[in-house]
Amino acid sequence: MNASSLILLAAESGAAGQPALPLLAALTIFVLAIFVGLEIITKIPPTLHTPLMSGSNAISGITLVGALLAAGHENQTAVAVLGTLAVILATINVVGGFLVTNRMLEMFRRKRPHE
Amino acid sequence: MDQTTIIALAYLVAAVLFILGLKGLTHPRTAVRGNLLGALGMLVAVLATLIHHDVVGYTLIIVGLVIGGLIGAVVAVKIEMTAMPELVALFNGFGGGASVFVAGAELTRRRAYDTMAGAGWGAPVFDDSMIAAFLAGLIGAVTFWGSLLAFCKLREFQKFKKPWLFPGMQSLNVGLAVLCAALLAASLMSPAPAMMFWTLVVIASVLGWFLVNPIGGADMPVVIALLNSYSGLAACATGFVLSNSVLIIAGSLVGASGLILTNIMCKAMNRSLGNVLFGVLAPGEADATADEVYGGRVKATSAEEVAMLYDNARRAVIVPGYGMAVAQAQHAVRDLGDLLESRGVEVEYAVHPVAGRMPGHMNVLLAEAEGPYEKLKEMDAINPSFAQTDVVLVIGANDVVNPFARDPRSAIGGMPILDVDKARTVVVVKRSLSPGFAGIPNPLFAADNCLMFFADGKKAMLDLIAALKEA
Repeated sequence: MNASSLILLAAESGAAGQPALPLLAALTIFVLAIFVGLEIITKIPPTLHTPLMSGSNAISGITLVGALLAAGHENQTAVAVLGTLAVILATINVVGGFLVTNRMLEMFRRKRPHE
Repeated sequence: MDQTTIIALAYLVAAVLFILGLKGLTHPRTAVRGNLLGALGMLVAVLATLIHHDVVGYTLIIVGLVIGGLIGAVVAVKIEMTAMPELVALFNGFGGGASVFVAGAELTRRRAYDTMAGAGWGAPVFDDSMIAAFLAGLIGAVTFWGSLLAFCKLREFQKFKKPWLFPGMQSLNVGLAVLCAALLAASLMSPAPAMMFWTLVVIASVLGWFLVNPIGGADMPVVIALLNSYSGLAACATGFVLSNSVLIIAGSLVGASGLILTNIMCKAMNRSLGNVLFGVLAPGEADATADEVYGGRVKATSAEEVAMLYDNARRAVIVPGYGMAVAQAQHAVRDLGDLLESRGVEVEYAVHPVAGRMPGHMNVLLAEAEGPYEKLKEMDAINPSFAQTDVVLVIGANDVVNPFARDPRSAIGGMPILDVDKARTVVVVKRSLSPGFAGIPNPLFAADNCLMFFADGKKAMLDLIAALKEA
């Protein structure tokens, strides 16, 4: 293997072939997103705190994106198996989370017959 | 546009949809749409990922999505509303577990590249995300096992009802935490840490279990909120491993949300997070024994007597607690409220922030029973009005109405409470005089203006409704 193909390999594997995101940029996004989260979530009324938990929980199932990349990596069995386990767990989280949140929120919206 | 640009833009759209979705949750009217926006964001992110050139086969993906989707959908449709705390705990855990597997898979994948490239050649390039992978493993494993135990406790499996206490438990936890920190530090130096990663995951699993082990009962809201935050932070760490912006954004939103809820819960108990996690609730010097407090001063009442009280009442407040959830009495409580209103009594519901086993637990149950959310009042809003209230009905709540909290020397000293004892009459529906989670007696039960209605919550409501209709 010559040097340039090694570098290519390294670069490709470095970030799962994703658009490269330098550590500092990632940190910037992280800190800003925390602030956005704090700003929005302090405005959510206590009545909706349980749906907030189940809904935000469904959003944390975003790990599914990473899980899909791993599970689709079928030329390496170990990676794909770990990925599939992750896909199962994350999908339960996503599908179950959004559905149950919807079920709860529909109850909050429901109008009573005599009103 | 090339493929990576399309994916990056789709992730941006997904992140915006998540933020708009959470924003929708700020009002019950827009909340359903908000949740749908969040789900749409997830769909966009997933579809974009599927066109990624790293995805070479779809068999396992489809298998995983179908299995996970089916389990998730069935559970979400079948679960009773009273079981919401344990469901959220379980889902938190799955999020954490998924992050562990994703970080593990990514390490395995890169290790293969290392081997191909020759030892020491490819390694340095990956180092700054190594620590993120280890963090994802650590937080994810703590979240998974901690949540699993929280689930078992909330489901009230006999085996997990009492914490497993043994001398030196705290030192063991400290030891485990130090080991985890050491492995995190080591991840910066070693070029091929797959074994180290899985070692860390095992240690973190034990740690997660032991951290939640001593916590129970009324402290569960704090634990669930904290684990909620962890599941977000684990996803966030995975985002750093994969250099993936949408994971970082969504993960930190959830992390922030969990932290805020944790903070609100701690404040509502006037305890620090450290105290909730590691402290022991022991009776304070001001807390008298049950005999001293109750000694012959407790008055029992009946449905008929309470019905008569309501006949002369103009304003009534209902205070629900965990006992209402246990007795599945939320529909009966709503029926009682409706009946009183139809007779011209002004009815409101007072909800303490830590009533129940998770933030907002009582609100969801009353919403299930189609109670009007405008009538659910928060503690600070309703406290001044208790002095003008004729009848307060406390159903299945104890510590949150305990006047001992006003004495700083009590175990619950300083905890904000609902001032129900200021009302003209307080009726407490409870099966016995047994203490609440704090383990101290409640002088309210022996107060001159307090009547004890000893019964199961649901049966008490039904009897009361019958008595009101007869009178």
